[in-house]
Amino acid sequence: MLNFANVQRIFGMLISMFSLTLIPPIGVALYYQDGGLLPFIEGLALTFPLGVLTWWTARSASRELRLREGCLIVVLFYVVFSLVGAVPLVITDDGWHTYTDAMFEAVSGVTTTGATVKLGLDSLPKSLLYYRAQLEWIGGMGVIVLAVAILPMLGVGGMQLYRAETPGPMKDSKLTPRITETARALYLVYASMTGLCIVAYWLAGMSLFDAICHAFTTMASGGFANYDASLGHFNSVAIDCIAIVFMIVAASNFSLHFLALHRGTAKIYTNDSEFVAYISFLCVLAVLVSLGLYVSGQYSSVLDAIRYGTFQVVSLATSTGYTTADYSVWAGALPMILIMSSAFCSSAGSTGGGMKVIRVVLLARYGYREILRIVHPSAEISVKVGGRAVSNQVLAAVAGFFAVYVALFLLFWFVLMALGLDPVTAVAAVSATLNNMGPGLGDVATSFAAMDPAVKWVCILAMLLGRLELFTLMAVLTPAFWRR
Amino acid sequence: MKIIILGAGQVGATLAENLANEANDVTVVDSDPGLLQALQDRLDIRTVNGHAAYPDILRDAGAEDADMLIAVTEVDETNMVACTVANTLFHTPTKIARIRSNEYLREGKLFGAEALPIDMSISPEQLVTDYISRLIQYPGALQVVDFADGRVRMVGVKAYYGGPLVGQELREIREHIPGVDTRVAAIYRRGRPIIPEGDTIIEAEDEVFFVAAKKDIPQVIAELRKLDRPVKRVLLAGGGNIGLRLAKALEDHCQVKLIERDPTRARHLSEQLKSCIVLVGDAANEELLTEENIESTDVFCAVTNDDEANILSAMLAKRLGARKVMSLINRLAYVDLVEGGAIDIAISPQQSTVSALLAHVRRGDVVRVHSLRRGAAEAIEAIAHGDENTSRVVGRRLEQVKLPPGTTIGCIVRDEEVIIAHHDTVIQAEDHVILFIVDKKRTRDVERLFQVGLTFI
Repeated sequence: MLNFANVQRIFGMLISMFSLTLIPPIGVALYYQDGGLLPFIEGLALTFPLGVLTWWTARSASRELRLREGCLIVVLFYVVFSLVGAVPLVITDDGWHTYTDAMFEAVSGVTTTGATVKLGLDSLPKSLLYYRAQLEWIGGMGVIVLAVAILPMLGVGGMQLYRAETPGPMKDSKLTPRITETARALYLVYASMTGLCIVAYWLAGMSLFDAICHAFTTMASGGFANYDASLGHFNSVAIDCIAIVFMIVAASNFSLHFLALHRGTAKIYTNDSEFVAYISFLCVLAVLVSLGLYVSGQYSSVLDAIRYGTFQVVSLATSTGYTTADYSVWAGALPMILIMSSAFCSSAGSTGGGMKVIRVVLLARYGYREILRIVHPSAEISVKVGGRAVSNQVLAAVAGFFAVYVALFLLFWFVLMALGLDPVTAVAAVSATLNNMGPGLGDVATSFAAMDPAVKWVCILAMLLGRLELFTLMAVLTPAFWRR
Repeated sequence: MKIIILGAGQVGATLAENLANEANDVTVVDSDPGLLQALQDRLDIRTVNGHAAYPDILRDAGAEDADMLIAVTEVDETNMVACTVANTLFHTPTKIARIRSNEYLREGKLFGAEALPIDMSISPEQLVTDYISRLIQYPGALQVVDFADGRVRMVGVKAYYGGPLVGQELREIREHIPGVDTRVAAIYRRGRPIIPEGDTIIEAEDEVFFVAAKKDIPQVIAELRKLDRPVKRVLLAGGGNIGLRLAKALEDHCQVKLIERDPTRARHLSEQLKSCIVLVGDAANEELLTEENIESTDVFCAVTNDDEANILSAMLAKRLGARKVMSLINRLAYVDLVEGGAIDIAISPQQSTVSALLAHVRRGDVVRVHSLRRGAAEAIEAIAHGDENTSRVVGRRLEQVKLPPGTTIGCIVRDEEVIIAHHDTVIQAEDHVILFIVDKKRTRDVERLFQVGLTFI
């Protein structure tokens, strides 16, 4: 049975800890004197005492967390963090006028989707722009992973939380024996990569403020930009290239980065079949799309076709969602290929969304095994990744995940169509939110601003489901979860 | 400390739990993913699935920067090879292996820098055998552990009406037995610890832990309960490794019978043993037990490898009139369930193995650790180093040493001499200090106490 006092205690700790993330935007507001100070101070004054109170009233409850309680905390926390994160957005004068809009923007940030409902970003106060980017950065590696890294008192409970949040089918691979150390290692890699990205953007000609914000959203595979024209605003080849590199880095498994840095060898990457598949997917897509663009006459120069094609492919496939061109008007199947690529082009243990490459690889080999079985009915064939056999349990989980994913995708698609969206817009909106990608096609090609509130709430649910890889959130919604 | 444990069996799992809870970085290696999964769900550790002695697997488990390797797989050979691999390829500083087979243990030369690089080999069977023989040696004792190579022992006894000291204040113990010096380290009353003072009154049913020199122990036990008659007749159930070793250890001074189910094994046993009578049959067979005069047996000890069979046969023996029954129990949950009630003494083999290993993991110069009361309490032997300026204990009277709460100093061993602790005893450098720690969580503080700080003023 769930121990609610225990859940409340940890929950309180989390809220008070994350309310402190409102302090950097306050600093930004003070520095730029952009009039955006008040919402953050009010937000902090509201949430910090709330968190402390929540924790204080249950502080004596101390027991190790169980997996079930971990799920509940993670789900609740994503919801509440978004609710609380939306507070400054709705308080501010020139911001998001309804709570639905603010909530959509906050969830889109925390889940690193990057879909926005705001038009006229260019004229927003800098503190708000920074705050949006920061939401994504924290959501990128995971709010819970950050909490586990910082709060050692979570103990074994930290492990249960970590497992409920981490993307990918095999969640037990730890980098270091202790979960706190693992979380710290991941954040260290994440933060230093972000630092590199900031410097690179800055050197390529962004202002320091833009460099920081865009590095945050690049490394988080988020996709919030400070301008309505997204990264296309800069119109710079150098920035496009830097973005491509760091988006690829962000959507590959951070354990690989850690191990490669730790052991000082790049062999880690080439030995990992998920990474190889991930890079091959991206290459094939980039070649295909660039070729399509050139042949269809969208761009007359080959270099332009490659530049815009590759950028759009990497940005959308890694579920980041920056744009430098209006891909929704591209010819033939290109827009749909781009939108759908986000489902299977991010690695497990990365900041990207979707089904994850490893699942696709496993599913493909699983399918191939069934074919082989028809040829050799009595053969014993094991599905292998990286030379090691994968247990049937993992395979079953992957197959189950795929089935649920497809079912949910269809369900959301139908619901959105029922709410009045045309089929193309609806399918793009589902892919954009369920895969935490951001931009869509048709009416949602750049922004969700024109959508009905009901559509926005459906999309909020899709984003949360996508970020928590379906099962964590769905488990909490089942009656069995609440039964004694 | 970064520790790799090879083998996720009973010993490996208990060890991992103990060590992980003490904030070590623990990695467990086993070839059975099911065992690892169970551990991973419960503990904050890393697990690696694979053959424990393969270099690649060890590398995956982080052998390159591990401080200690503990090889406790089922197979002696795997353990030995793993230690060799770790030594040759990874230069792991401390390597401990469990070795069961006597054939290896007999050859002392095998273990050393030039041969098998194993710093310490543990043989759980031997540990358990020693433990049981000590219990049989002192009838009435619940737990007997050795310090300073057996010169000092800590004994746990249940006090009963009829013991001369029961109902008296502790300080009167000196008037009762003038020539004997002892110190009561802790008293458990209805499962709760009491730190004894001079005016503490011992009540019946108290579990009393005291330290004394080896020769004085029977006299102290006699103060706490009517001394049981010495054990003369022993019935052992189960002729495995432990049963055989026990029978060998006991047959010279007791009348020992050993029940073994398998006729071939029984024949083998009878060839190995001198005066012990080997019986073929089921230890839970009422008729067999009655026929062998179970009602006049002093100690019945069930040591098969099956917990349930041990418990049930011991209960049956108790019912049929055995004076005292002991049972080997692997599962800790069962120990809590039956000890003190249906069965007089439950012996947990992991506990003794883990105790033996813990001494290596402790910081400060801790030479021996004994896990007591199913792991809740600990008795440790630590060596005081340094001088008055660098150590927090040397040169101080005991009353001046700032002990963590719930900790008592039982005695001090200086060279060959055993000095029972009194408030004015002064600790000198290189003394072995024996402490009782009621709450294991305080062990860390005690270790710190004995660490020599260079900057300590």
